[in-house]
Amino acid sequence: MSSVDGIHDMGGMQGFGRVVVEAEEPTFHAPWEGRVHAMVYLLIGGGVGSIDAFRHAIERITPVEYLSAGYYGRWVRAAETLLVERGLLREGELTRYIAGDRMPPSAGSTVPGERLKGFVREVATEPRFAVGAEVRARNLHPVGHTRLPGYVRGKRGVVRRVHGAYVLPDTNAHGRGECPEYLFSVRFDGAELWGEGAESAAPVSVDLFDRYLDPIGA
Amino acid sequence: MSRDGEEEHGHEHSENELRAEALETLLTEKGLVSSEAIDSIIRLFEEDIGPMNGAQVVARAWTDEGFRRRLLADANSAIGELDLTTMLEAPLVVVANEPSVHNVVVCTLCSCYPSGLLGISPAWYKDPSYRSRIVREPRRVLSEMGLDIEPSTEVRVWDSSAEVRYMVLPARPPGSAGWDVERLAKLVTRDSMIGTGRPRDASAVESGK
Repeated sequence: MSSVDGIHDMGGMQGFGRVVVEAEEPTFHAPWEGRVHAMVYLLIGGGVGSIDAFRHAIERITPVEYLSAGYYGRWVRAAETLLVERGLLREGELTRYIAGDRMPPSAGSTVPGERLKGFVREVATEPRFAVGAEVRARNLHPVGHTRLPGYVRGKRGVVRRVHGAYVLPDTNAHGRGECPEYLFSVRFDGAELWGEGAESAAPVSVDLFDRYLDPIGA
Repeated sequence: MSRDGEEEHGHEHSENELRAEALETLLTEKGLVSSEAIDSIIRLFEEDIGPMNGAQVVARAWTDEGFRRRLLADANSAIGELDLTTMLEAPLVVVANEPSVHNVVVCTLCSCYPSGLLGISPAWYKDPSYRSRIVREPRRVLSEMGLDIEPSTEVRVWDSSAEVRYMVLPARPPGSAGWDVERLAKLVTRDSMIGTGRPRDASAVESGK
């Protein structure tokens, strides 16, 4: 398990240049991309790993490789990581297979875990914040997976929607349970996030779990 | 950034392809996936699920005020009223553009997108440039992408950081009064539902066709 402050947490980074838009872009740029997309869909849907575990596998790709492998290159690497961790592939099996070297097929083939059953859950408690509540995103740097983007940590915002309770990625990614929590859409002013030079009238809304937030005032 | 790093890293493409092929072979042997299931998912995204589905939703909302209200209140239920092929696994929130508000959607942490309705997202949506910049300088990024937003119009950025998915309901273009849903749907672009573009001009769609 590696730290979460990785290259994937891109909000607010600078230096990537203009957005390059491809005219008449195909659904997939090569057949293998579509096949990887479908395989990951089937593996997650089949219970090999949660979407959270898959995302965390992507986040553990080293920064240089994350950027150079491309989108579906990351997917195929993350799928391999998950399958090795679930005992469904041997470490290095893919690389050796490509080199023409078959490993003995002793890795498991039974799908562990449960099938996808959505992300929304019922919880007995009331949401801690109502629409209009002022909150501060906590300055957390957890080891492992989280969906608290770096650019909002420590920043003040206002709850604008209460989404209901969702599976918590921070625990679910690591097989530590669904631990459902309320999810809030929190709106942050541009100046709060980016300082005095921020563009005017350009707030950012981020969906944040209860444990990512502290109340202000009250 | 080049598309998937292919231009600067030509070797990555072939390495990715080799890995993908090996993965499919090994997973098929283990019975974890089947080539037929893979084919059918690819077919679904290449033929049945795409921006044309979102366009139907938008055009309906432009012509039916009751549907529009239901769509903004509970998009999954409202979309369920329509005869569309979708795979919406997560709650969808539709945010409406107004004269004083322009909405735009991103996922800074990965690539979350309402693909169960709009299909596979464009590569730029998943690239570092868009993900890093649209939250920090949305007006500038939108302008670079050909969409200038009036200073008096608020730009609201929605970072899809959890399992809720976001789609923009663009404003109905002038000059389309009296059009039916099918004709209006031709005005709706994918980018107008992400918030990085506008619908086509009414004059761009031939009359009566």
